[in-house]
Amino acid sequence: MVAPRGPLRRRPPVVLVLGALVAVVVAVLPLVYLVDRAGSLGWSAAVGELAQRRTVALLWRSVVLAGTVTVLASVIGVAAAWLVVRSDVPGRRLWSVLVVLPLAMPSYAAAYAWLSWRPAMAPFPGTVLVLTLVAYPYVYLPVAAALRRLDPAQEEVARSLGQHPARVVVTLTLRQVRPAIASGALLVALYALSDFGAPALFRYEVFTFVIYGAYNAGFDPTRAAVLGLALVFVAALVVVAEAWVRGRPAYARIGSGAPRRQYPVALRGGRPIAVAFLVAVFALGIGFPMWRFLYWTREALDRTVPWGEVAAALGHTLWWSLLAAAATLVLAIPVGVLVARYRSRLTAGLERSTYVAHALPGIVVAIALVYVGVTVLRPVYQEVPLLILAYVVLFLSLAIGTVRTGVEQTPVAQEEVARSLGRRPGQVLARVTLPQAAPALAGGAALVFVTAMKELPATLLLRPTGLDTLATRLWTFTSESNYAAGAPYVVALVCFAAIPAALLSRFVVDAGARLEEHRD
Amino acid sequence: MTARAGGGGAGRVGGAGRVGGAGRVGGAGQVGRAALVVGLVAGLVAGLVAGPAGAAPGDSITVYSGRNEALIKPLFDQFTRDTGIAVQVRYGDSGALASQMLTEGGASPADVFVSQDAGALGALTNAKLLAKLPARSRNAVAPEYRAGDGTWVGTSGRVRVLVYNPKLLPDPPTTIDEVVDPRYKGKVGYAPTNASWQSFVTALRVLRGERKAEKWLRAFAANEPKAYASNAAIRDAVDAGQIWMGLVNHYYLWQKIVQVGEASVVARNQFMAPGDPGGLVNVAGVGVLKSSTNKKAAQAFVDYLLSEGGQAYFADRTYEYPLAAGVQPSVRLPSLAKLRAPALDLSDLDSLAATQELLAETGLLTR
Repeated sequence: MVAPRGPLRRRPPVVLVLGALVAVVVAVLPLVYLVDRAGSLGWSAAVGELAQRRTVALLWRSVVLAGTVTVLASVIGVAAAWLVVRSDVPGRRLWSVLVVLPLAMPSYAAAYAWLSWRPAMAPFPGTVLVLTLVAYPYVYLPVAAALRRLDPAQEEVARSLGQHPARVVVTLTLRQVRPAIASGALLVALYALSDFGAPALFRYEVFTFVIYGAYNAGFDPTRAAVLGLALVFVAALVVVAEAWVRGRPAYARIGSGAPRRQYPVALRGGRPIAVAFLVAVFALGIGFPMWRFLYWTREALDRTVPWGEVAAALGHTLWWSLLAAAATLVLAIPVGVLVARYRSRLTAGLERSTYVAHALPGIVVAIALVYVGVTVLRPVYQEVPLLILAYVVLFLSLAIGTVRTGVEQTPVAQEEVARSLGRRPGQVLARVTLPQAAPALAGGAALVFVTAMKELPATLLLRPTGLDTLATRLWTFTSESNYAAGAPYVVALVCFAAIPAALLSRFVVDAGARLEEHRD
Repeated sequence: MTARAGGGGAGRVGGAGRVGGAGRVGGAGQVGRAALVVGLVAGLVAGLVAGPAGAAPGDSITVYSGRNEALIKPLFDQFTRDTGIAVQVRYGDSGALASQMLTEGGASPADVFVSQDAGALGALTNAKLLAKLPARSRNAVAPEYRAGDGTWVGTSGRVRVLVYNPKLLPDPPTTIDEVVDPRYKGKVGYAPTNASWQSFVTALRVLRGERKAEKWLRAFAANEPKAYASNAAIRDAVDAGQIWMGLVNHYYLWQKIVQVGEASVVARNQFMAPGDPGGLVNVAGVGVLKSSTNKKAAQAFVDYLLSEGGQAYFADRTYEYPLAAGVQPSVRLPSLAKLRAPALDLSDLDSLAATQELLAETGLLTR
């Protein structure tokens, strides 16, 4: 980061600070509940819950699972991003949309599809396979965006000095986009730590098992709170590690260079391998599971599919996810702008605190909001607003990262010009900063939209009584192993989630680059 | 970090030109953008102020149901048609719903909890969240299928059995101790994550004590049982001859028999010897919340589940054992009295967490 100059170094607008504070309060809401609940047990008893051998062993398994998934998802995400953005692989425009689509597939649905095909699939590889394939877009998106914006000058210099192209990619290109890789990997790691659906279906016992067990089998929300805090602690370590990776300068240069038209690297003989890789990722990530569900849907068509119910569930899913995306964006903007434009220890700390809740399984956040609902938000308990609040808590960090990067990428100079012409900071924000970062804002909202569509555990507990989303309808059928009846809901879910997922590529990857080319 | 690329330098290169650009885009683009923002905000506000969904004008109760919608919704609809009392149903896992009510405490919107098993009801009883039911409800059901303090009653029963393949195993075991005989190594199926299997293990712990329960589980694990995702999968594997027998609930066999006809089904149920933990009778049940604001309607709902019509519904739709109103099972089953299931208080089956610890320790949970 170049330190903001001139007027921007002054205090940030009050509206930003207030907004960011609200966002942080919302994000740490479940933590307050967890600490309160665990504290009611007495701290020595709480430590006793944690110190059990099985608890420690499972926490370690979760860390290993998250680590494996993060490494694999990073490799796939980076490779896919480089191929799509920087190589001459055939069909780059098409691939730029296709490789994001696995984001639309819920982990539990993918696990379900694989297990229906191979019931004896081994637990660890199965869980890793599914989590990696649904999560690598978290890495792909920021890395592809960063690659699009890279100044190719250094690479050109390296190659003109006789460096092998592959060596240039590894030693130069990847080092330059390291912060983007780190921010994507963070989301993957937190996601893998918090997911319950895929490990549960594969019966790979991880830490979320104990947490769900504490609710579902132990009927013991206090024990679950203690366990949730342990996961928060691990998440905090991951967040700190990411900041460390991102924070150290990867390379040094004078001036920032100028992003401009990049000439694709010729793959030559490697083209078939590159195509095979992209096809495999797409086929395993979304092609195969969708084929299973389409097959079952066709079977279901022989009987009667209650299309009215599908449509009603689809309506709730879209509407609530849209509200979630809008509300999350409203709270993500102050934090994202604050971190991008007024970076300090304090603002960085605020941002990171919003990530920690992202590692909590949905059911923990849901129970925390049940408590909040019955104690302070009684009028909206089990109404849409509280459900939206749960989505905001769960997905705020997804939007903040995108907003922050988007604002960072827009030039400060115009804001300075506007300030020098007498505009107040708030006006500059509304008239210059946000319009310029609009594609990134849309990208953040789209990311939340897709993810909220798939959400299950919090939706089950907090939705208005009697109303369903596609995910909860699917749960109704899968909980009694009725594949065929559930399939139409998966198909509807994936098809409609694919729309914002496809747009993500435009918002996050293409739009940033267009901004640059325009400026050239 | 990325700002370094875009920040100072890029601004220097194109700053002035872009101001004009931004202005140009401004006209049409900003109107659309403003409309989008207004639309989203309006939507958000509309969502926030929207009133309670479908608040019925007449009598209405809220039911938390741990029993699956596909199974039980027709019965709830029938109740509304017969009594005029509307039912708002929140479906979920019995355990998750119990945790939700434990967190809600006295502020729960729920009037009635319909649970898949006794353990979740027992947890609410322990937290003193359930109201004592009137004598007519308590006495409708035999003492072993209701809470000792009268806070919940069973509405239907299911028996743990050994489903076996008579072609491969003409003389099946009648106790769980015979099941772990080395003769049956690799021939027995079980469903590690199934709630009924875990209830059986809990009952084993309650009946025989922790040490003997662990001893049996270790012997069971040493015999290399085959893990399945569901009871239905075990039944099908037994029927197809892939394994000799499996530990399941009694009604899975009947689901198949009713579906494809008795002649096409090879597998049969073996009911366990009297008092054997493998013959546990567990119940799905119902309780009324102390905090219910409409106890009269809630009680009418309980009465309905225990009525002849409600009981016949369970018998006909789920092939479970009816527990009240003198209704008989709809399929050929030995009477509960004759089975003489092991004697235990079903409320004691709320220590599932300890069961899962034990299953994990013996390597049976994630096999």
